[in-house]
Amino acid sequence: MANIISDETIEYVGILAKLELNEEEKERAKKDMGEMLDYIDKLNELDTAGIEPMSHVFPVQNVFREDVVTNGDGSEETLRNAPEEKDGGFKVPKTIG
Amino acid sequence: MSLMSLTAVELGKKIKAKEVTVKEAVTEALDAIEKKEGTVNSFVTIDREGALKRAEEVQKLIDDGTLTGPLAGVPVAIKDNMCTEGMLTTCSSKILYNFKPTYTAEAVKNLEDAGAVILGKTNMDEFAMGSTTETSYYGPTKNPWNEAHVPGGSSGGSCAAVAAEECSYALGSDTGGSIRQPSSFCGVTGIKPTYGTVSRYGLIAYGSSLDQIGPIAKDVTDCATILEAITSYDKKDSTSIDREDTDFTSALVDDVKGMKIGIPKDYFGEGLDSEVKEAVLAAAKKLEEKGAIVEEFDLSLVEYAIPAYYVIACAEASSNLARFDGVKYGYRTEQYDDLHNMYKKTRSEGFGAEVKRRIMLGSFVLSSGYYDAYYLKALRTKALIKKAFDDAFSRYDVILGPAAPTTAPKLGESLSDPIKMYLGDIYTISVNLAGLPGISLPCGKDKNGLPVGLQLIGDCFKEKNIIRAAYAFEQTRNYEHSPLSDVK
Amino acid sequence: MAKEYETVIGLEVHVELATKTKIFCSCSTEFGGAPNTHTCPVCTGMPGSLPVLNKQVVEYAAAVGLATNCTITQYCKFDRKNYFYPDNPQNYQISQLYLPICRDGKVEIETEAGTKNIGIHEIHMEEDAGKLVHDEWEDVSVVDYNRSGVPLIEIVSEPDMRSADEVIAYLEKLRMIVQYLGASDCKLNEGSMRADVNLSVREVGAKEFGTRTEMKNLNSFKAIARAIEGERERQIDLLEAGEKVIQETRRWDDTKGESYPMRSKEDAQDYRYFPEPDLVPIVISDEWLKEIKDRQPELQTEKMIRYKEEYDIPEYDAKIITGHKKLADIFEATTKLCNKPKKVSNWLMVETMRLLKENDMEPEDITFSPKNLATLIELTEAGTINSSVAKEVFEEVFKKDIDPNQYVEEKGLKTVNDEGALRATIEQVMKENPQSVEDYRNGKEKAIGFLVGQTMKAMKGKANPGMVNKILKELL
Repeated sequence: MANIISDETIEYVGILAKLELNEEEKERAKKDMGEMLDYIDKLNELDTAGIEPMSHVFPVQNVFREDVVTNGDGSEETLRNAPEEKDGGFKVPKTIG
Repeated sequence: MSLMSLTAVELGKKIKAKEVTVKEAVTEALDAIEKKEGTVNSFVTIDREGALKRAEEVQKLIDDGTLTGPLAGVPVAIKDNMCTEGMLTTCSSKILYNFKPTYTAEAVKNLEDAGAVILGKTNMDEFAMGSTTETSYYGPTKNPWNEAHVPGGSSGGSCAAVAAEECSYALGSDTGGSIRQPSSFCGVTGIKPTYGTVSRYGLIAYGSSLDQIGPIAKDVTDCATILEAITSYDKKDSTSIDREDTDFTSALVDDVKGMKIGIPKDYFGEGLDSEVKEAVLAAAKKLEEKGAIVEEFDLSLVEYAIPAYYVIACAEASSNLARFDGVKYGYRTEQYDDLHNMYKKTRSEGFGAEVKRRIMLGSFVLSSGYYDAYYLKALRTKALIKKAFDDAFSRYDVILGPAAPTTAPKLGESLSDPIKMYLGDIYTISVNLAGLPGISLPCGKDKNGLPVGLQLIGDCFKEKNIIRAAYAFEQTRNYEHSPLSDVK
Repeated sequence: MAKEYETVIGLEVHVELATKTKIFCSCSTEFGGAPNTHTCPVCTGMPGSLPVLNKQVVEYAAAVGLATNCTITQYCKFDRKNYFYPDNPQNYQISQLYLPICRDGKVEIETEAGTKNIGIHEIHMEEDAGKLVHDEWEDVSVVDYNRSGVPLIEIVSEPDMRSADEVIAYLEKLRMIVQYLGASDCKLNEGSMRADVNLSVREVGAKEFGTRTEMKNLNSFKAIARAIEGERERQIDLLEAGEKVIQETRRWDDTKGESYPMRSKEDAQDYRYFPEPDLVPIVISDEWLKEIKDRQPELQTEKMIRYKEEYDIPEYDAKIITGHKKLADIFEATTKLCNKPKKVSNWLMVETMRLLKENDMEPEDITFSPKNLATLIELTEAGTINSSVAKEVFEEVFKKDIDPNQYVEEKGLKTVNDEGALRATIEQVMKENPQSVEDYRNGKEKAIGFLVGQTMKAMKGKANPGMVNKILKELL
C-alpha cells in the first residue's frame, strides 16, 4: 500500500468530519482509506496539464431570484422536527463559556 | 391476473376506461406489498391509510375530468431519499429515523399533479451510498429473482418493488448508476436523465453535481411516460435546465434505421462476465438487424471514471451530509458532554459504516494540502471524460454496453471489499460525470436465471435517441415477470 | 534603549446588505422578529433544499466594488466553506474563495496625519449565520435562524493600516460609501456592519510582517480602538519577554478590556473549500456592469460640490454633512421643505453635532424627521420663537421628534411681541436695577446687556430680543 494513513490523520479527519471511531473502526478506516487513495492515485497516470477543472458539466449561468419576500412565518415547520426545542429555537449544548 | 402485473400505462388506461377503480388498483398494490414484504423488504415506509385516502381523491378528480393523464390513479413507490410532506423520509439511515419533511420533492409533486398515488417509500443503500441496498439501516432488500441475491443499489428497493410487482412503477435516483445497475439486476427498465432535467429540489443530496432522479418501470413506454411527467424546469433548483424537446413519448417508435450505435471496446474487456457480454452483444445484433449501424470504437479513460467519481462524490457527500448533526432534525445521541461530543456521537451512532467511510474520504481529499492533488485532479479528469464522450457523440447517436459487469451478486459478497464493489459501477459512473442520459433495460438472463441489463447512453439532452433505440430493442422480446411477481 | 514597534493592521469587514430577502431564499431579512419566524427549509439547512441566488446581492456587491475602485470579476462563483457550528445550519457556509466578485480596490482615508490609500484585497459575497442565545439558567444555547442566510459582503483590506485612527477612518469611509450606495444601513450595534481586526507588530524598519492574530466580537468603533491598543500591547509584551505571538483567532471582551483565544482542538480551521455544486457561475457582462454603474447614486464628492454650488454653503459644512449619508439625507429633505439650506446646515452643524456628541451617538442613530426640523426653522424665521427657545425646542425634536408647533403652543413658548406687555416689564426691570440704568446713562453701553438679560429672564425667555432692545434704548 503506497498510502499509509497514520493515527493522527484518522484523528484529524475525525475532527473535520465530526466522526468518532473506536479502535477497531479506526484500523479499518486506515486500511480502507489507504486502499482508496492508492486506487485514486491512478488518476496521476493522466496528463491533465492545461485542462480546466470542470465543476459544472453544462454552461448554465446567471440563475437568479428577484428580491421579493414570498415566505411567511416558517417557525412552526422549521421546528417541527427539532430533537430539542426551547423558546422557539433549537436547543443545543452551550456553545461558549 | 394481478393489476400489478400490468405496466403503469396499461393500468392507467383501464382506470381511465373505468374498467378498474383507483381504489382497486391501490388495494391490490397494498395487498401485494403485505404478502411480499417479508421476503423482499423493498419498503422502509408503507402508507396504507394515506394511499387509500388519496385513491378516493384521485378517483374524484378522474371522474370529474380534472385528471386525464396516463398516470392518473396509478400507484407508485418513491425512493426514500425524496422528501414527502408529512411522510417519513429516512434515506435508509438511522440518523433520519424520525424525519418527516414539511415539503415534497418537486419530482414527486409533479407525479402527484399527474394523479399518482404514493404507496410508500422504498429501501435504498444508506444515503444512496452503495451498490447492493445492503447498507440500509432497515435491513437489505432481496432480489425478486432470487432472494439469496442483492437487488443492486442504491435504488434497490424501487427496482425490487417494481420487479416483485408491489407497485406499478417507482422513482429512483442515480448518482453513479443507482437506477441503471439495480434495474439491470432486477430485470426492469430505468432511465437516468440528462443532469438538470428533473428537479433535485427535495432530493436529499449525495453528490449534488451527479444526482438525478429518474423512473423505474417494467418497460420503455412506462419510463418515457413517467419521465415526461416528472421533467420540469424548477426555479427552486439552480441547476435545473429549461429545456425543450421533453415529449419523450414521441420517441416510442420501432425504427432504428440508420441510427449510429457505438460499442466501446473498453466496456468489453477484463472483468466483464461472459454471459453478460453475450447477452449485450446479442442485443446489439438485434438492433443491427433492425437497420442500425453498429460499430466498435475506443471510448478511452473508462478506468479513470471510478477514481474520479469517488473523489468528487465523496467530497460533495462529506459536505452535504454535514447537516445531519442532531441539532435541527433526526437522531440525536442520548448522552454527551458538550457540543462537539454531541456532534461526534450523534453522527457516529447515526451513520452506517459505508457512509462514514465516504465522509472520511471526502473530508480528507478536500483537506488542506490535498485539494489540488485530489479534488482538482478529479475535476480535470471529469473534463477529459466529458470530452471523450463529446468526441464519441460526434460519431454516434447512441453508445451501447452492459449496465453492470455481472448479474446480481449474492447477499454479503460485496461489502467486505469496497473497491470490488465500486468496480461494479464501471459502466455507469462516467455517464454521471458527463451528465448524460442513460437507460438500462433487460436483455437476457444468465444460467442462474438472473437478469442481464443492457445500457444505452445518449448525448446530453438526447433522451429521445436512447428511448427510441431501447423501445426498438424491447419489441424483440417479451417482458419477463420475476418469480416473486406470481406469489398469491 | 527600548525598541520601537509598528502596528500592522488589516481588516475584514462584514456588511449585511439591505436586500428585502435573504441571499438564497425568499425569507425576509428584517431585523428582530420572534425566533425562527423568518425561516424556511433553505435557510435552516433542511435536507433536499437548494439555494437560489438573489440578484440584488450581486448588484449591491458589484456596486460597492465599483465605488471602492475594485476590478469586478466578470466570471465568478460560489464555494462552500465547511465547518461545524450550530448557527450554521448546513454546517457549511456558502461563500466565495476562488473567484470573489471584486478584487484589487482602494479607498482614500483622511486622518490628522494626512491622506492615505488603503488597499482592498477582495470583496466576496456570502451568507450570514443564525444567532445563538445563551441560556444561563439551563446552561444551554438556543439557535435562532432568522439571520441565517441574510446576505453579507466581506470586504478584506490589505494590511495597510498602522493605527487605530487609520482603522476608524477606513471604517467610516467604507460605511459612508456603502450607505451612499444604499447597500446597507451599516449599524454596528445591530451587527449590520462588523469588523474583524488582523493585527501584528514589528520593529520599526523591519521588512517582514510579524505573526498576526485575528480579533473578533468588536461591536463599536470604541471597542475596535480599545481592542487594537490592547492587542498591540499584548503582542509587544510577548515579544519583549522573548516569547512568540501565536497565529490565532481571539475574542475581544470589551467590558474586561481583554481578549481570549477562541481555538479549541475541535476547531481545525481547515475549511475544505470547494465549488458550490448547487449554484451556477455568475457572468457579469459589460452591459450589466454598465447598468450597475449608471444606476449608482450621487456619491459624497459629487454631492459636496453640488451643495457648495446649489445651496451656497461653506465647503467645510458641505464636507461634514455629506460625510454621513444620514446627515445628507436630512439636509436635503429639510431644505426641500423649508427652502433655507443655510439654516438647515447650521442646525446640523452646531446643535445636532453637539447633541450627538453629548449622547455618544452616531449620525445613523438620529431619529428626528426633516419635517419637524423644517417646522422649527420656519417658527424661528417667522419670529414666532426666539433663538434660545428654538434651541430648547430642538432638543425635544432631537430626543423625541416632537411637533414644534404643538410643543410651542402647549408650553406657551411663543415670543412675546406685545409692545405694551414688554414696555411694562422693562419699566419694572429698570425700576429694580437703578444702578445699571445709571451706568448706561453715564456712557457704559455694556450695561444694556444686563438689562436685556433681566428682561428676558422676567419674560421666561420668550421676549422678542429685537423689540426688547428697541424699547430699552427708547426708555433709557
